Amino acid sequence: MFVVIAIIIGVASLIGGYIAIHHEDLSVAIIASGLVSLFASILFLLLAAPDVAMTEAAIGSGLTTLIFFYVLNKIRQRND
Amino acid sequence: MIKKLIIIGIMAGVVLIFFDLFNAFTGNEVLSKTADYYARNGAKEVGASNLVTSIVVTYRGFDTLGEVTILFLTAAIISFVLKIREEDIIPNRQVRITSEILDSAAQVIVPVIFMVGIYIFVNGHLTPGGGFPGGAVIASGVLLMIMANPKFGISHTVISWVESISGVAFVILGVLGILFAGGFLDNRVLGLGDFGKLFSAGIIPIIYSFIGLKVGAELSNILGTISHAQNEKN
Repeated sequence: MFVVIAIIIGVASLIGGYIAIHHEDLSVAIIASGLVSLFASILFLLLAAPDVAMTEAAIGSGLTTLIFFYVLNKIRQRND
Repeated sequence: MIKKLIIIGIMAGVVLIFFDLFNAFTGNEVLSKTADYYARNGAKEVGASNLVTSIVVTYRGFDTLGEVTILFLTAAIISFVLKIREEDIIPNRQVRITSEILDSAAQVIVPVIFMVGIYIFVNGHLTPGGGFPGGAVIASGVLLMIMANPKFGISHTVISWVESISGVAFVILGVLGILFAGGFLDNRVLGLGDFGKLFSAGIIPIIYSFIGLKVGAELSNILGTISHAQNEKN
């Protein structure tokens, strides 16, 4: 059971990573890269490391995603 | 074509170098000498039921001091690089109105997130977690506040006071360890107490609370700086 869930999460994060690299819309790409962190944090939880999972969820999918959005906003302002 | 061939060649070379390493790897059947010592004597010497915490805060406490310093340096450098001059600030920047859902949800959830963060670092010696995850959770609460109200400014006075007091307190508690116990950051300044209770494991809960506040303040400061930098004229 554990292996099946782990494989599903692994495949989902691979798909997320592919979308993050290849999607044309940058906002979708940023969301996808945040999603990869979220999947990683679930995987850490399954591997019995809840403390790492908490940090990954807060920093990887929370703060980093927002910082990417701020940077994207700044680049768009400059290009206008 | 030649470029691709070179890239493939380099990748094959890397695989060749690391294949031996991978092939020769066998998992350890027994714990290494240091790990074995921690596993056997950690609970008895430190009195924290979370062994990871007793290693991070006591046995390897000096490393943690270094990590907190690195985080402080990062926050300071980000503030320095993203500093904007008074005349470059857009006076009344138009921001998109936040959705009703996010606005109402933030008012309900932010206090709960702060509470969870404080719980995580206060109970760092009992349950998984500690100063760094707790601080990150608190910073994610600040993140929700900024998202709900983009013009929300973080008070730099509060942040810098919390940050500096926690940092100084961490070092002072470490020095108390030299004076009253075995060495720098030794936790036996206070009694070890009952194993598994909130007030146990010497000064670990106090140190971890200061680390949590410091990390939370630093990450919030980074968020606040980057959010403020959006007001700069191009």
